[in-house]
Amino acid sequence: MATGIATPKVNHIGLPVLDYRGGKSTLCAGCGHNAISERIVDAMFEMGVEPERVMKMSGIGCSSKTPAYFMSRSHSFNGVHGRMPATSTGAILANHTMTTIGVSGDGDTASIGMGQFVHLMRRNLPMIYIIENNGVYGLTKGQFSATADLGSKLKTGVVNDLPPIDTCALAIQLGATFVGRSFSGDKKQLLSMLKAAIAHKGAVLLDVISPCVTFNDHEGSTKSYKFMQENDEPINEIGFVASFDEIEVDYNSGEVYEVEMHDGSNLRLRKLLEDYDPTDKANAVRTLMEAHDNDEILTGVFYIDTEKPTFIDQLNLVDEPLATLPESTTRPPKSAFDALMAALK
Amino acid sequence: MATAGLALGEQKEAISAQKRVINNFSINVATVNGSGSQSANSVLLKSIFGMGVPVSGKNLFPSNIAGQPTWFIIRANKDGYVARKRDSEILVALNPETAQADVKALPAGGVAIYEDYLKLDQVRDDIFLYPVPFDKITASICPEAKLRKLVRNMVYVGVVAQIMAIDLSVVESCLLRQFAKKQRVFDLNFGAVKAGFEYAQTNLTKQDPFFIERMNATAGKIIIDGNAACGMGAVFAGVTVVAWYPITPSTSVIEATTDLLKKLRVTPEGKASFAVVQAEDELAAIGMVLGAGWAGARSMTSTSGPGMSLMAEFCGLGYYTEIPGVIVIVQRSGPSTGMPTRTQQADLLSAAFLSHGDTKHPILLPGSVKECFELTQAAFDLAERMQTPVFVLTDLDLGMNNWMSEPFDYPVKPLDRGKVLTAEDLNRLGSFARYRDVDGDAIGWRTLPGTLHPKAAYFTRGSGHNDAAIYTEDPDEYQAVMERLARKFENARKMVPAPVVVRETGSKIGFLAYGSTDCALTESLDQIKRRHGFDADYMRIRAWPFTQAIHDFVAGHERVYVVEQNRDAQLASLLKLDLPADQVGKLRSILHYNGLPIDAESITEEFAAKEGL
Repeated sequence: MATGIATPKVNHIGLPVLDYRGGKSTLCAGCGHNAISERIVDAMFEMGVEPERVMKMSGIGCSSKTPAYFMSRSHSFNGVHGRMPATSTGAILANHTMTTIGVSGDGDTASIGMGQFVHLMRRNLPMIYIIENNGVYGLTKGQFSATADLGSKLKTGVVNDLPPIDTCALAIQLGATFVGRSFSGDKKQLLSMLKAAIAHKGAVLLDVISPCVTFNDHEGSTKSYKFMQENDEPINEIGFVASFDEIEVDYNSGEVYEVEMHDGSNLRLRKLLEDYDPTDKANAVRTLMEAHDNDEILTGVFYIDTEKPTFIDQLNLVDEPLATLPESTTRPPKSAFDALMAALK
Repeated sequence: MATAGLALGEQKEAISAQKRVINNFSINVATVNGSGSQSANSVLLKSIFGMGVPVSGKNLFPSNIAGQPTWFIIRANKDGYVARKRDSEILVALNPETAQADVKALPAGGVAIYEDYLKLDQVRDDIFLYPVPFDKITASICPEAKLRKLVRNMVYVGVVAQIMAIDLSVVESCLLRQFAKKQRVFDLNFGAVKAGFEYAQTNLTKQDPFFIERMNATAGKIIIDGNAACGMGAVFAGVTVVAWYPITPSTSVIEATTDLLKKLRVTPEGKASFAVVQAEDELAAIGMVLGAGWAGARSMTSTSGPGMSLMAEFCGLGYYTEIPGVIVIVQRSGPSTGMPTRTQQADLLSAAFLSHGDTKHPILLPGSVKECFELTQAAFDLAERMQTPVFVLTDLDLGMNNWMSEPFDYPVKPLDRGKVLTAEDLNRLGSFARYRDVDGDAIGWRTLPGTLHPKAAYFTRGSGHNDAAIYTEDPDEYQAVMERLARKFENARKMVPAPVVVRETGSKIGFLAYGSTDCALTESLDQIKRRHGFDADYMRIRAWPFTQAIHDFVAGHERVYVVEQNRDAQLASLLKLDLPADQVGKLRSILHYNGLPIDAESITEEFAAKEGL
């Protein structure tokens, strides 16, 4: 029956990729952020996450606009500058059955939002926290952010003279349980990392270097496409097998670190650095520090812990979302009230 | 007035019936903070309550952990006046540092009960003096030196009970309740009370005229502080997400809420149907409240002035994106850090317009502990109905002091969860626009994350948006949303708690006030009537935006006095913004802002001066 119309490819819950698309991006053409939005669409589609079961959170800045450009069928909350962690915490407490993805920027996280970022990671709040990191304030036309590298140059010739904050090293130290860095231009690595992040239960930090084509993609910038292509040093090659996929063996097992995720998925990291064990916290931080000394930008999954209880586990919440508990559960009965009154007499 | 010969019991009879002052005086207990005086003070207060006598307690304490002067003022009043009284007739001087000044502050004919080595008899000769060797008595009944500091205070309770004729059995039953299930602690404390009682009986001679006599004015009543009442209100409103940051004087709102949640909201399997998060700061606390409110939970925070300032940006987001949330503010003395342990009503204007841009928030104003309970509950319904942050504004006096009250009522109205569309609704409707006024009440319908319908999602943003929640910078679309928000706020006049007509006499003079000012004002109006033969009307405001009844009250009087506890006449200012221009000139202010709870005398005197009485 040749109709000339190809059957759209659907994922394992029967949805076409179209159902994961968002609005048209208003960011600059070639912006690294757009590529990240596309990878989020791919990852959610491939993992078969129901769009209605996703919350998209963001703060303020170019990065924080992007939830409008992916997954229109998901609720989205674009709050105030640097406070995405707080709104996310509240939303997740209200409904911890959702998959939550937060998009922030380097200014939104490492400057104005540092306090909240730190505490979100410390709480191991179950969500995916993406920093779209371009080292620069785009919406206010190009000031350095706190992740800009020492000696990096702005278009105007201004040189950054303060050391960068490594949000990955920080997150590992603070208690995040899945920490990785990628590059918006590295489709394969970013997609695998995102898929594993979706399968993870706990605070995921993905720092994604994302060149700003308008203010930070020139000679002298350390967050430009060219610089990244030349200086990106992956520590592991990432393979991810979702729980519903058949396991294919394409790794040399001697060099592979396998991690079983909460949902039964399988994260496979082929070591590129010798002795790299992503469950060793101290080693992960040391590796990042050494890379700074050598002016290298490492990418890959630095740290993973699938055992640590999440904030929701610690609060010991009921299985149902708190948001929709019935009045019979949330308002204590008259007998309890009367007992309280009697005790006050 | 030195004490002489006769035993105390016999002397009591000797004081002639006319000279007796029964159930109408204040006791000022001067101690140092951190000495455990709070339990003793509470036992004395509850003992007077147990004698059936209306009573109130004001804790005047420093912003300090231990070692600084603190005063607890217990007022017993047969007529039920519970405001702070300007002068206390009876002093219990247990703090050597302030004893001289404290005793000098007593009115002539007052009473000083004091540690005998303080030699206060050398300071005044126009008062009744009862020296007591507290240290010696304490040492005799408490061998453990480190407990003596705590037990010493209970000794004074016994001495006062004997001098003022409070039944020892009433004190005993109060102690039993206070230390329920802690027999050893009870024994130690009651031992101290008895030692004080017996010492006074044997060694002191009653000469002063002050007596507590049994009444029946407290039967069925409860004693509670406003913060505990707010916490109870939140729990019986079904709060599920609480985020906060510690700050005096609001901390105990959350402590009370948390205690009740742990007690009443844990499933048989041990799971919590609530989350309480101590946030990293107030910015995070309000952010969590709004995140939770957006996702459909009943959420709240509580703070005081400095914390409220930090919440400003988020409150504007809540207003503009129309997210429910309850914010309980317990006001303290500002500006800046101000006097954190002293009371004031100086955050009304700040709360009303908290944030930048054209932002305004409904504010509920409890005037009693019972209303702390009721209006905190009401705030949750209003927040979800109006889809906006709602403030509950109390103050340190109401929040942290113990108040006598009628028992609260179990809520009869079911929770109002506001306008929320389900997946079934969307099947029927096909789609919806988040901020469209389809019902003519200026309130749109919202959906919650997790609603399983392809059209359920919308994009919440603090940036300019149209009625479909789409980003816009279009002048007409932007303005349409702003106008609807203004209409919504206007409609709230009919949704907030109505004012209470406390006194209606047909006078041409009216009074307006809110919150903890109420108790002093009602007493003052009786004083004004008694002293000056002058009647005045009084309406107690319970919410902003102001209802029509408040406008009518002003219109119906020639002069209207607005009594409040701040320097800048904030309530009067808010009224002036709201009233028609020809009514504004009627307002006069009576202000009190020294950090102490307002008292009736101050109001009466200022009113008399202003009216030339």
